[in-house]
Amino acid sequence: MKSLQELKEIKEAKQDQVNIRFNPDEAEAAEKTYILVCGGTGCTSNHSGELIDKLTQLIEDAGKNDDVTIIQTGCQGLCAKGPILVVHPGNVFYQEVNIDMVERIFNEHIIGGTPIEEYLMVEEVTEGEFIPYVESAFYKDQLRLALRNCGRINPEDIDEYIAREGYEGLAKALKEMTPDEVIQTVLDSGLRGRGGAGFPTGKKWMFAAGNRGEVTKYVACNADEGDPGAFMDRSILEGDPHSVIEAMAIAGYAIGANQGYIYVRAEYPIAVDRLKIALKQAREYGVLGKDIFGSGFDFDIDLRLGAGAFVCGEETALMTSIEGNRGEPHARPPFPAVKGLFDAPTVLNNVETYANVPQIILKGADWFSRYGTETSKGTKVFALGGKVNNTGLVEVPMGTTLRQVIEKIGGGVPNGKQFKAAQTGGPSGGCIPAESYDVPIDYESLKEIGSMMGSGGMIVLDEDNCMVDIAKFYLGFTCSESCGKCTPCRIGTKRMLEILEKITDGRGELEDLDRLEDLAKYIQANALCGLGQTAPNPILSTMEHFRDEYVAHIVDKKCPAGVCKALLNYIIDPEKCKGCTKCARNCPAGAITGTVKQPHVIDQTKCIKCGACKENCAFSAISRK
Amino acid sequence: MKVSNVPFKGTKEQEAKLLEVIAQYKDQKGALMPIMQEAQEIYGYLPYQVQKIISDQTGIPIEKIYGVATFYAQFSMSPKGKYVVSVCLGTACYVKGSGNVLEEVEKVLGISDGECTPDGKFSIETCRCVGACGLAPVMIVGGDVYGKMTPDMVAGILAKYE
Amino acid sequence: MADIKVTVDNITVTVPEGTTLLDAARKAGIDVPTLCYLRDTNEIAACRMCVCEVEGARALVAACVYPCTDGMVAHTNTEKIKEYRRKTLKLILSDHDQDCLACKRSTNCELQTMCKRYGIDKSNEFEGKRNEFVIDDSSASIVRDNNKCILCRRCVGACEKLQGIGVIGANERGFDTYIGSAFNLPLAETSCVNCGQCIVACPVGALYEKDSTAAVKAAIADPEKVVIVQPAPSVRVGLGECFGMPIGTEVEGKMSAALHRLGFDKVFDTNFAADLTIMEEGYELINRVNNGGALPLITSCSPGWIKFCEHYYPELIPNLSSCKSPQQMFGAVTKTYYAEKMGIDPAKIVSVSVMPCTAKKFEVGREDQSASGFADVDYALTTRELGRMINEAGIDFLNLPDEPYDNPLGEYTGAAVIFGATGGVMEAALRTAVEVISGEELINLDFTDVRGTDGIKEASYTVEPLGEVKVAIASGLANARKLLDMVKSGEKTYHFIEIMACPGGCVNGGGQPHVPSNIKNFVDVRAERAKGLYTLDKNAKLRKSHENPIVQQLYKEYFGEPNSEKAHHVLHTTYVERKVNEDHE
Repeated sequence: MKSLQELKEIKEAKQDQVNIRFNPDEAEAAEKTYILVCGGTGCTSNHSGELIDKLTQLIEDAGKNDDVTIIQTGCQGLCAKGPILVVHPGNVFYQEVNIDMVERIFNEHIIGGTPIEEYLMVEEVTEGEFIPYVESAFYKDQLRLALRNCGRINPEDIDEYIAREGYEGLAKALKEMTPDEVIQTVLDSGLRGRGGAGFPTGKKWMFAAGNRGEVTKYVACNADEGDPGAFMDRSILEGDPHSVIEAMAIAGYAIGANQGYIYVRAEYPIAVDRLKIALKQAREYGVLGKDIFGSGFDFDIDLRLGAGAFVCGEETALMTSIEGNRGEPHARPPFPAVKGLFDAPTVLNNVETYANVPQIILKGADWFSRYGTETSKGTKVFALGGKVNNTGLVEVPMGTTLRQVIEKIGGGVPNGKQFKAAQTGGPSGGCIPAESYDVPIDYESLKEIGSMMGSGGMIVLDEDNCMVDIAKFYLGFTCSESCGKCTPCRIGTKRMLEILEKITDGRGELEDLDRLEDLAKYIQANALCGLGQTAPNPILSTMEHFRDEYVAHIVDKKCPAGVCKALLNYIIDPEKCKGCTKCARNCPAGAITGTVKQPHVIDQTKCIKCGACKENCAFSAISRK
Repeated sequence: MKVSNVPFKGTKEQEAKLLEVIAQYKDQKGALMPIMQEAQEIYGYLPYQVQKIISDQTGIPIEKIYGVATFYAQFSMSPKGKYVVSVCLGTACYVKGSGNVLEEVEKVLGISDGECTPDGKFSIETCRCVGACGLAPVMIVGGDVYGKMTPDMVAGILAKYE
Repeated sequence: MADIKVTVDNITVTVPEGTTLLDAARKAGIDVPTLCYLRDTNEIAACRMCVCEVEGARALVAACVYPCTDGMVAHTNTEKIKEYRRKTLKLILSDHDQDCLACKRSTNCELQTMCKRYGIDKSNEFEGKRNEFVIDDSSASIVRDNNKCILCRRCVGACEKLQGIGVIGANERGFDTYIGSAFNLPLAETSCVNCGQCIVACPVGALYEKDSTAAVKAAIADPEKVVIVQPAPSVRVGLGECFGMPIGTEVEGKMSAALHRLGFDKVFDTNFAADLTIMEEGYELINRVNNGGALPLITSCSPGWIKFCEHYYPELIPNLSSCKSPQQMFGAVTKTYYAEKMGIDPAKIVSVSVMPCTAKKFEVGREDQSASGFADVDYALTTRELGRMINEAGIDFLNLPDEPYDNPLGEYTGAAVIFGATGGVMEAALRTAVEVISGEELINLDFTDVRGTDGIKEASYTVEPLGEVKVAIASGLANARKLLDMVKSGEKTYHFIEIMACPGGCVNGGGQPHVPSNIKNFVDVRAERAKGLYTLDKNAKLRKSHENPIVQQLYKEYFGEPNSEKAHHVLHTTYVERKVNEDHE
């Protein structure tokens, strides 16, 4: 148990070594060297753990324990270039580091004092001039509010969080504000739910706060991030778990709840571990538990692991799951704020929403609401993926255009290919075509162009992606993740998927487009929960913006992007074929005939389009059309 | 959901551990999922006998437990063998007779797709294209890839893993 | 709660706050279609048939669970909504076997009714993959054909919520979801108690009773066999519904006429055995009270309850009355006393019952239920099966004359006929016990405290010289569980408890005719049917079981006295301890 005074002392003691990682100017004054090694899921699966072992050994051997400290951080953002290693002072950013490089970095940079230019992020060296990595194109235009501590502090050390004003928001709320003032601040800040729908967070809290008193209430955190390609929440939990814990305690105080639940995917083992450590430390410090800061307010948090069901990201399903049931959504009303977890009033927000709260309380509503657009305040974190150079995690102010995110921060589409569309909102969202490249991103604008904010997955697609195939992929996902409770979603999505399969198999008819649209609109209007209601979005948005691709599949029996196997033909160019027979020998279907040293021919009726012939042709005589 | 017919080989120690877990959670609200998650940690899967213990101890109907178990992808009703035998049923392998290879594997091991041998050594899985169409049909045993398979090769290959 | 005004399809009605749109619409005279909704049993808004538009609402609402607010304006019947409902139906049909001609529920299937209402044709617009299932007919009572299941989950609600058992539920997810037991165990291998509440909840032909009509018809056709039939009390207030008569119409006389016309050799009445049960059970209670036997004594008429007790409360088996149920007593008397008296070889007697119950099909096969050496009862038909037999035989039920039951085992008192309603056994027992114990004639025969459809009822009476007698009644096994837990914890003590497996008692048994949900959700079927039984009681000349002259004669000629050794041999039985979850390999 720590008093406010003790927390202040911890902050003062730790502040210097933490601040140099945020402020390059202060860095010069540092006496010690700090090596930050990314310990997010991406870098960890690229063996960043081994880098730490190796570095520890090197430091040990050199007897530099007192001069060099290694800190395992959460995600740095630039996952494409992992594993990532940052050295302070100096703000030196090494990318794609392996074991062999570590030794050289240690010897030449840590000991020798000279950064190794060839290992740096390319942009760090401009015209021979070294610039700090935070000034690079990837980081420069980002505004990190929710991710403010991610990748910079040790998530397993509560002291580092405290050094970054940690738990000061909670202290301010408990000591200086009434619950209603807390809610008013969140309301005024304009913070909206980052999980997808964008409901004003303060309003949610206000509804749940009604009838204070002896009523049991709960605060819950949705960390069941299930969109394929989205990992914002995971990164926050891995990089800055205390920000979520602090926010939940603030929410508990605001609505009058004493118990919180974090529902986190079991597929996020690192996040789960760091949460467990953070909860333990928070209890030890008394920022969770009885009588927090002597205010009389009690609050604690339990961790619940999801078990692999996307639908549990839907709020009513999530709560049903915590209660120990099949994660099936139920109709609203009653809303969770009235009747939620265990039938008690419940506030449920997602991880990124919570991560914004402590700073809003500490710095005030105005501080937050000056970022963003008229209706969407603050920032949004996106998981940038697909056909883009800098895949990774980015946080930008609301209102940033797609072009800025993809071209500037993301470094554009690789291999000189054309940008075709960006998919946002995952299985509930849609595809934004190149025409809308310059639309400022916020909740409303994305909806207008047939997509949605969603939780923040942003998948870049290029000319090699087939939009019918993309639609089929997302629908296949929702179909297999449907809970099976209501008719439209259980059977409707299955029937839509069957029609899409028919089209990509070359059996489509033009009437199928009407049937698809018809069913899509029916499911949107009739499904029980948000998962079902939004399941048709990827189809509707691709049909709207890329209808010609659908028509090409149906009428011309062609896949313009060359993705849908059933619509492709492998053809041997008789000019180039030397008659080596290798293709015929490798064809699993026996579809290729020809005599030695004579051009061979593929029997299209037998061909199963596996591509083995093309792979094996030494003369590039086989093409796919 | 594949339900295993491998004889249940739970030990007294495992049962004691599970009972301890149940006792620890029993009075908590919504304890079923955490209990099931820990039970799967202990046994590796959730066969009838394990779900029965949970049901008997908590009073939760076993059908409800099974309903939960089949809802979430994380829960498994079937143990995995020491060596997973996968036979590719992608188009290329299929037209080259991988179906016959699978049949032979099932015959040699005496189990069906999705099941595990009674000694826990092998389990069979089917998979979609592994991208080795030139080698079709393909069989993978414990990570080792075998190409251009014929049914008569199966017994010999599996014997290497005895 | 305050009253609010709601406008549904331009009709304004006043309803209490919190009323669902479905109920408000009904008040405005509009039948909003439902498939999955069953009041108090299944309120999950899953089928989406009842979607309606509410002005100002963000999306369509499910009328079955949507709470009305003051000034709300709703539209239940726009062209758009009707088109949506058609799509919902077509989607359901695309995963349904559509084998209507061969379906037991054809003409009283709620899905079929709905398709007719919305003009669904045979276009099969959404044809695609269909889930296919093996029919589970392992149970003695209940058959499940998931090829017809529409996943409304009404059966699940009945099993889990009404009965507190939960042997069936939703498994898997998405398009693969199906209703079944854990690990797909055959129903017979679960702790299912055969109550059949799942069947009466089912809107389609996915659940039905194990058919015994073929065997019964074969026995009737066999000149060697003497086929004796006994209908239970509740059948006479249910059977008429099979022929379109109002719910609860009493058709005792027509039923006798129909049974005779079907060719049964003797048409007796289970009511006779109900009187006999009171004698045996009443004396058993008195003996237990006087001799320090296990109390409370709990009734044993309901085979669903008996199996429930064996699975879930085996420690209470000593408290169960050792009396066979009236059905089994009747069968036992037929094949012993009656056979002897008439000089018929009991081997030639085929004993058939008609029951409002599916668990009776299981009961006939139980151990220790064959006093003569042959099964006391050979076949237990449900009310629905009898309805089908009458229909098949072309008998014009509505215009049948009233005919009496055969002698001697057709005689009964008013106490017997109320066995069909929850509290009826208790009331009948009290009439006899009070008179026997006090030795004075009982004047007021109506024990109104034990009547009515409440799930749990209790009462206490002072009967000198015994003092206070405390009784309780539960119907529906979830209620039984509540009551028994209070007894087990010592919170409550009683001398005598009546438990019926089905909510409301046998009138609402699992073998009774189907009532479509758009009626059942708004009418208390249990109360309507019970009314007919209480009227029969009121009008009966004799209303106390011990006054039944044939019962008196039976004791004089055969058993000697209640609970005699002979009576024990013929009229009593034993129970077995069962596990909730059996051991399976």
